[in-house]
Amino acid sequence: MTAQNPPLLMVEDLSIAFGTEEGTARAVEQVSLRVESGQVVGLVGESGSGKSVVSAAILGLLPNTARVTGSVRFQGTELLGRTESQLRELRGNEIAVVFQDALSALNPVLKVGDQLAEAIRVHDRSLTKKQLHERVVELLDLVGISAPEQRAGLYPHEFSGGMRQRVLIAMGIANEPRLLIADEPTTALDVTVQAQILEVLERIRDRTSTSILLITHDLGVLAGLADRVVVMYAGSKVEDGPVEPIFYRTAHPYTRGLLASLPRVDRRTDRTSRLYRIPGQLPNPHSRPEGCVFHPRCPHAQAARCDRERPQPSVVGDGHVAACLRIEEIG
Amino acid sequence: MTAPVLDIRDLVKEFPLRGKAGPKQTVHAVSGIDLTVRRGQTLGLVGESGCGKSTLARCAVRLTEPSSGTVELGGADLFAMKGRALRAARRQLQMVFQDPFTTLDPTMTIGGILREPLEIHGMHRRRRDEYVRELLDRVGLDPGHAHRYPHEFSGGQRQRVGLARALAVEPSVLVLDEPLSALDISVQSGVLNLLEDLQEEFDLGYLLIAHDLSVVRHTSTEVAVMYLGRIVERGPVDAVYDGALHPYTQALLSAVPVPDPRAERRRERIVLTGDVPQATDPPSGCRFRTRCRLATEICASTVPELVEHDSGHRVACHHPRTISS
Repeated sequence: MTAQNPPLLMVEDLSIAFGTEEGTARAVEQVSLRVESGQVVGLVGESGSGKSVVSAAILGLLPNTARVTGSVRFQGTELLGRTESQLRELRGNEIAVVFQDALSALNPVLKVGDQLAEAIRVHDRSLTKKQLHERVVELLDLVGISAPEQRAGLYPHEFSGGMRQRVLIAMGIANEPRLLIADEPTTALDVTVQAQILEVLERIRDRTSTSILLITHDLGVLAGLADRVVVMYAGSKVEDGPVEPIFYRTAHPYTRGLLASLPRVDRRTDRTSRLYRIPGQLPNPHSRPEGCVFHPRCPHAQAARCDRERPQPSVVGDGHVAACLRIEEIG
Repeated sequence: MTAPVLDIRDLVKEFPLRGKAGPKQTVHAVSGIDLTVRRGQTLGLVGESGCGKSTLARCAVRLTEPSSGTVELGGADLFAMKGRALRAARRQLQMVFQDPFTTLDPTMTIGGILREPLEIHGMHRRRRDEYVRELLDRVGLDPGHAHRYPHEFSGGQRQRVGLARALAVEPSVLVLDEPLSALDISVQSGVLNLLEDLQEEFDLGYLLIAHDLSVVRHTSTEVAVMYLGRIVERGPVDAVYDGALHPYTQALLSAVPVPDPRAERRRERIVLTGDVPQATDPPSGCRFRTRCRLATEICASTVPELVEHDSGHRVACHHPRTISS
C-alpha cells in the first residue's frame, strides 16, 4: 500500500450514540477499521455489539437522532455529513448492501428480472433493452441460479428463500460496486442454503474486484471467507487482524471465550466434557461498564485497573491488534 | 442399554390442504418414523426447515394428533390415554420451546409461571414458594427474582426459566425444540452445559430437535437425520458424523462452517443444487433423489428401507457409501 492509494474504506474513531427515554445509548464507541481493495473483511459480534450500526453509518442510513463523531472515508472521501443525494449516488453504485431478510427486500408484484434490471438502470441509463436483459441473465447465472433466462420472468414468491437471497446479492453486485456490505446474509438460512450463498460470495471474491464487508455473528462463516476479521463486543472493537492469527493466535479474552464456547461439528467430545461459558450477560447499551467493557465477564480482569481504564488497541502481531490492558501479562 | 422411555413407532402426520380453487392436496409432513428416546440419553434430530421435525416433536408430546402410528411413554400408548392417566403422562413428558420471548406469559411473574404447573399437578402444596426458589437456583437464576416479570430477563435467562418450568413437575423426558437457536453464542454454551448437567442429575431422556449440527454432535448420544418427512440415516453420534453413509447427511455435514481457517479452506463442500421439493408432492421412491448425485432408476421406483449397516448405524439409501470409499 502506498500513500497515493488510500484504503477503499477507512473508518476512524467512529462513535455513535442515540438519545432514548432511558438515557443515552452508546451504540458504537471509537471503532476503527479498514477494508483494502479486493479484501473480504469480516465484522463479527453478538447482539448489541454495534456491528450493524457501523454498517448503517457507512451507508449513511442512520436516523437523524444519531450523534455521530469520527470519520468514515471511502476512497479517501469523507462520507459523514454528506447530503442524501450525494450518498444516493454512491449507494448501489460504488457501495452496495445485502440485508438479511430477502423476502421483505423484494417487490412481490414485480418480476425478479425486472427488479434486477431496474437496479442496473438506476445507475446506468446507457444500456439498450437487449443489453439490459443479457446483463440480468449474466448476473443470475453468476449467483448460481440455474435456468436464468426462464427464472428472470418469475415473481419473488416463486423463488425459495435461498434463491431470493441470491437475487439480492445479484442486485448488490449489479453495478460492480467497489464495496459490498453483506449484513448477516446467511442468518436464518438452512446450512445447505448457507453453503450455496457462501459459494456465491466466494465467487464474487475470486472473479470480481469487489471488496466485501461481511457482518455476521458466526465465526465459522468468516474462517473460510475472510481475509481479515474485526471482533466487536458491546459497541467496542476488541480485536482486529488477519484471519489466521485471529483463530490460531487469538489475543483478546472475549474472542478466546467465544471460540471456546462453540460446539464443534468436526470433533468428538467426551460425554462429560463441558463447553467454556463466558460468565454473566451481555451489558445493556444504556449502562455499559466503565473501563474495559468486557471486564465484568473477563477471567483476567484486574480490580482497580480493568474497571477504570479504557483499553486502546495494542499491536500483538503483524496487522493484529487487541484492546486489552493485560495483553502482555495474559500472553 | 437403558429401556426406552419414549418410543415413536411408524408415525405419520398428514395435513389436508383445503383451497377454494384447485385440486385437494395433502402435506406429507411426517411419513413413517420410528425413534426411541432412552433415559439419561439424548437423541438429536436434525434436518432443515420444512423437513417435519417440529411436527414430529408436537406429535411426540401430543400437541398434535398423528394420522397414524403410535407414541409410547413408558410402555403405554400416549394417544389412548384419558383423564388421570393422561395428566400423569403429561407430567412425565415436557416440552421446551425455541422462543423464550413468546412462550412465557408476559403478565405473570417468573414465580407465578413456575407455580402454575405445580398447581395443575397438585405438587408440593405446602412448600411451593420454597420449591420455586430451589428451581431458580438450579437453573442458574437468582432465587430472589421470582417476583420479576419475563421482560426483565435476557434471552438466555428466559430460556432458563422455560427449562425450570419444564423441570418443575419432575419429568422423565424433555422434548427440546430448537432450545438454543434464539440465543447469542456467549449465552448458548451456558444453557447447553445446564442441559447436560440436568440430564445427568435427573437421568432425563432428551429428544433434541435442532438445525445446528455442531450442537447436536456435542450433546447427543444418537442422531437421526430427517429429510422431507423421513429419517434417512441414524445411529450413534460419532458413527454418523465421522462415517456418514447417506448423501444428504454428507452434504449437511460438509456445509457446516468450522471455526478453523485452514481446515475450512481445505474442505470440499458438497453444495446441493436445487431446492427441497414440496411436501405436498414428494418425489416417488427416495425423496432425496431429485437432488442426489448418486441417484439411479431404482431410487425413483423403490422407497429405500432404513437398514442396519453397522451396529446401530442405519441408512435409507440404495447406494450407501462413505465419502472416501
